Amino acid sequence: MVSRPSNLTKLGYQFCRYSRQQLRERVSRLFKTFIFGIFLGAFGAGALLYFAPAVNLHRERSLISVQPNGGNIERFQINLPRDRILVGLAGVEDSIPAELDWPGKEQLGDMQAEAFIVRNENNAVVGVASRLASSTEETGPFIEWVVHFPARGTMYVQMDLMPAADGVRDGVLRAGTRDFLPLTGSIREQFVSEVEDGDVQGRIVLEVGLNGPLGDEV
Amino acid sequence: MKYLVSLFVGLLVGAVLFAVGFYYNPFMNQTMISPLAVTNERVIDFSFSAVPEEGILYTNNGESVPLPHPRRVAKLLEPAVSDTRIFVTQLQDGSGDFAGIGIKFSSESEQTRLFKGEALANSVWHIYLPGKGTLLLDQAENYWPYIREVRIPAKLSSGDNWRGAFHGIMTSGPSALGTARVSGGSGFFATLESEAVESLTARGYSAMQGPVSMTGTLTITLPRVETAGE
Repeated sequence: MVSRPSNLTKLGYQFCRYSRQQLRERVSRLFKTFIFGIFLGAFGAGALLYFAPAVNLHRERSLISVQPNGGNIERFQINLPRDRILVGLAGVEDSIPAELDWPGKEQLGDMQAEAFIVRNENNAVVGVASRLASSTEETGPFIEWVVHFPARGTMYVQMDLMPAADGVRDGVLRAGTRDFLPLTGSIREQFVSEVEDGDVQGRIVLEVGLNGPLGDEV
Repeated sequence: MKYLVSLFVGLLVGAVLFAVGFYYNPFMNQTMISPLAVTNERVIDFSFSAVPEEGILYTNNGESVPLPHPRRVAKLLEPAVSDTRIFVTQLQDGSGDFAGIGIKFSSESEQTRLFKGEALANSVWHIYLPGKGTLLLDQAENYWPYIREVRIPAKLSSGDNWRGAFHGIMTSGPSALGTARVSGGSGFFATLESEAVESLTARGYSAMQGPVSMTGTLTITLPRVETAGE
């Protein structure tokens, strides 16, 4: 009685069809392909890491108007109360957000810290900002803004202590980072109380006038 | 077909070998000594807890670790700010006493080059020190050593956490020596232009909650005021 050959035996027959030399060549070719794959995989992973952007920040179109006397003007707005992230003031119970553990008056005096989301004129969010103000600081009262645009840079602004008669407060660009680094300029801060826009109860408008070095437009 | 399979397996092995080599690359170690360690200027140090729950406020897009604190703080959901974090914290002086308050804005940087071991963030600190004044600190930070030595081991650990000792200088620019740029605002700092570095010391990290035990230090140089006799 002759038993039927198993699959393993069939495979063995197949291998036996090749000479030792042919088998070596086939395995060698397979091995070379594998080695080539290793190099290709390592090189591909390196190229992917090198060329693929790890960070791609979202940008809104800048809404800039060019001034006839040089420089550009850009307006930003903060819708209240929805764009408020933080209102910290010692001795006040309704701080924002709720459950905020703000240091006491003995540590920060009357210094008020606020943080906001900042929008462009089209109401699209473009950045975040902080506003610090103190009228009793022993080294001198101050009001200042830091406005941070992730894709552009940051503006550090010092404001006048007293607003003008029309309620507008002027300020100067103290320092800038990245896109704002070489620039000088001024900022006007205005609180607009009458806003007809859904749940918006008020609006802070920041009008930024910037000049490049040597009066070049930016 | 078997050549295709062989090529595919080779590609996978190659990619894994690259990843392992990249991860353990000894030439991409973090800076441990501050560039300001040998400065002739006077320096002041401020420390803070880098654990969001121990700070005053922390917010991000609400989906990343760590989660915002306090619970009801507004989240930065819009596309333009979804890669940005805001951290508000108390600053302590060298003796551990309250020194002031700092607001840190930090955004991922498009200058990030993972191939070079640079996971960069652009960050600014808006700082108020009662009795001294205000200042702005502008820096580029490299988080790659922190990601490599703390966050990835925490993610790979079976308990999703990491315990150990990590210390690194996070500041990598924008100044030439890898220091941050400081601009004074008011008070004694009104005309200040100087340098600073931020360092981070971590002892515990949870992949689910974020930092568990972590402190940061800001070292700021104060230029010496030359008197007539000097």
